[in-house]
Amino acid sequence: MGRISTWDWEIGEKIVVKSLSPLQDHGWQEEPHVSPDGETLAAVVNLAAMEFSVRTNDSVWDVTYERIWYPRFSPDGRMTAIGQQDGESALLVDAEQMGETYEYAWETKFSDDGSTIAIMMKNEGLYGVALNGTPWENLFENANNYVLSSDGKHSSAIVQTVSMGQAEIEVFAKGIHSLAVDGNAFPGKYLNLWTPVFDSEFKRVAAQARVSMLDYTITVDDKPWSTVYGQVWEPIFHPLGEYVAAPVRDKGKWGVASDGAPLWEPRYAQCTQLQFSPKGDRLWAIVAPAYGKFTVACNNIPWSTLSPAVTDIVLNPEGDRAGVIMSNNNRDFKIVVDDKAWEGTWDMVWPVAFAPKGLNVAAVVEKNGKQQVLMNGKPFGREFDRIWEPVFNEDGTKVMIRAIENNSYVRIVANVTS
Amino acid sequence: MSHISDRIISDPGLELGVANLTTERIEEVVNQALKGETGAKLKAYQETCMRCGLCAQGCHFYVSHDGDPSYSPVSKATESIYELMEKKGRVSPKRIYEMAQIAYTECNLCKRCAHYCPVGIDTGYSMLVMRRICHLLGVVPQYILDTGNSHATTMNQMWVKDDEWIDTLQWQEDEARDEFSNIRIPLDKEGADIYYSVIAPEPKFRTQLIYQAAAIFHEAGVDWTMPSTPGWDNSDMSMYIGDFENMGRLKRSHYESAQKLRVKRIVMGECGHAYRSVYDMGNRWLGYRDMPIPVIHSVEYFWELLTEGKIKIPKKFEHPVTIHDPCNIIRGMGLMDKLRDVTHMICENVVEMTPNREHNYCCSAGGGVINCGPPFRGTRVKGNKAKADQLRNTGVSHVVCPCHNCHGGLEDIIDHYELGMHPKFLGDIIYEIMEKTDAL
Repeated sequence: MGRISTWDWEIGEKIVVKSLSPLQDHGWQEEPHVSPDGETLAAVVNLAAMEFSVRTNDSVWDVTYERIWYPRFSPDGRMTAIGQQDGESALLVDAEQMGETYEYAWETKFSDDGSTIAIMMKNEGLYGVALNGTPWENLFENANNYVLSSDGKHSSAIVQTVSMGQAEIEVFAKGIHSLAVDGNAFPGKYLNLWTPVFDSEFKRVAAQARVSMLDYTITVDDKPWSTVYGQVWEPIFHPLGEYVAAPVRDKGKWGVASDGAPLWEPRYAQCTQLQFSPKGDRLWAIVAPAYGKFTVACNNIPWSTLSPAVTDIVLNPEGDRAGVIMSNNNRDFKIVVDDKAWEGTWDMVWPVAFAPKGLNVAAVVEKNGKQQVLMNGKPFGREFDRIWEPVFNEDGTKVMIRAIENNSYVRIVANVTS
Repeated sequence: MSHISDRIISDPGLELGVANLTTERIEEVVNQALKGETGAKLKAYQETCMRCGLCAQGCHFYVSHDGDPSYSPVSKATESIYELMEKKGRVSPKRIYEMAQIAYTECNLCKRCAHYCPVGIDTGYSMLVMRRICHLLGVVPQYILDTGNSHATTMNQMWVKDDEWIDTLQWQEDEARDEFSNIRIPLDKEGADIYYSVIAPEPKFRTQLIYQAAAIFHEAGVDWTMPSTPGWDNSDMSMYIGDFENMGRLKRSHYESAQKLRVKRIVMGECGHAYRSVYDMGNRWLGYRDMPIPVIHSVEYFWELLTEGKIKIPKKFEHPVTIHDPCNIIRGMGLMDKLRDVTHMICENVVEMTPNREHNYCCSAGGGVINCGPPFRGTRVKGNKAKADQLRNTGVSHVVCPCHNCHGGLEDIIDHYELGMHPKFLGDIIYEIMEKTDAL
């Protein structure tokens, strides 16, 4: 598929797949997925009882499995899915099996450039992660919460390193979980660990930790902070490696701590989804300044726009702007960018996409079953039955819209200013 | 009149917990909790309660023990949380054991007694504060604590691993394809109208319920999905332990798994306490005034499907049935009319229990009591002779019971009192009698 600059950015519209109806002799097909460059649409298709394959545009893979599921495009445009046959699972990439088969496999993830495909796997009752078809050398009684570094070279998961019988609460209380990186578990034992995260150089890893039945903290490279809290959420490394920050709950209020010290004094009814700007000079979060009133905060300064529910904070590449979804508890959705609500409310909205350069920001919205792109808050083009996330070209002057219209899949490239 | 000290039951969780306690530790924790986590409501309850005893008749434990005052709500509160308040936490570890046993195993937090109190004291709330203190003291019955540990580790209550969940859904989909050739259990379908959530006993040992739900949704043409990732279990024993921190984590996982899929709303299976957790407690701990995404109970959803004609019933269920009103969706949420509408739409012969609707007796399994496990089975079964009498007096063969814990509790009561009845989920009956236009 090549880099984004090599994609077809010629202004215009083309019908990539004329009819999305099942192909001849096919029973039915599942929901479609589209490639990042918009040139390919794929869907799992049923050929006969216990016989599945994958349709890509108007062709079908020449392999079949008893079940095919979890179809996903990698960032480099390869079509992946999980195939099951005779009680075994296989990672399928462009109709080829990658690596060995597994007793079970699920949840593919990709490096930023798509060169690494990771998958959770189980063999002989033991769990781990496989990267490009190669499983961890060490497998564990259980593994979950796995992550792949953005360069695709490292993976981490929470693993069970101490066996526990039914309802052995004493064993659990001493700690049965460890943090594992690339299949190697740190020696530290915790009651629970969640959401490991790598630093920007992929040399360090942090995670939420439960160190006693009542105490929560953050552990960094298996070293828990000395301060414990009533609860913590997902940690995040400062992009320049200066510290680790995480939302923490103290005396019923949420704030942010860095390396165990207060960064934002606890004053919120909630605080989640921390994100740093690339330079680390801005720290963003979703916060609730008051009970039932949510918004965005940057460097501990909340926006003035409040809402009963806020999700999906997205930063621009420079990290000095943010867009977010606000709703009246999943109804009457709004897009809010830089503390300004775009006009209109919607039945559903998707996270905003910022252009790489410049000020443009787009989002897909839905009303009465029809979807539309909003560009900087204004309708951009016509309505469709389905639209995937808009993709900007490298300089942000053009946008690609991948959409379904009248049972056809269309790919449109337009000037952002058109 | 008996006393809690006369009926102490051995439990490793409680024993281990009190073994680690000192009177100083108890005093410190109790006062911190009372000062930091409670307010005027609890104090008003304690000071307003005139010990009139009118709440007693509201409690199935009291009624079932021939009016033993020790089982009355006022006594249970007086012997636990009110005593802690009066003594400012200066009690012995042994006394904490007794209080924990009362709070976790002799009160279902069903709130029926609040209907009988002339000043509206909600003893269910007070007993939950007691449980919260027990959690902070580390004195929690073994089995429900293990359930909480499972919640924290897997985000579900039965240690179901990530792959086991998906594998079970796929297995049920395969099974269902023997009946409906193109049926699906759609995983991670973005933008679906509904996200169907269940509690962990369904993939663990009641898999037919997932099959039945898929069949019903298939027949009704519902645009639905289930997540392949944690968050699918809506249940919440952490709430009943008093571990509100973990309750919040669970609810966040549940809501966010649905928000990520851009669904319109969550439909939850036939469970009572999970509903309480999503609309009343878990959401509020997270800072939401309401639910951040609409969640409706299966009773309500079945009502929609039936009244809109999406499910057709050619011939109603013929066996006479009675209706068990689960506390959390009836007293807690007011679904009594819709439950009756649905039951009458699918059943030929409905005989009401007496009393019924918001006055119905709890199953005695709710409030996490059944999750306290085998040591306390006798407590809850003997503590609900009232329910057995209610059931027996209907003279019917089947009990409609749209709640998992109630189901388990009623099964034990039916077995113990040899009632020869059969609890049924609404989904059991609907699946059995609905028109299956697409069946092979």
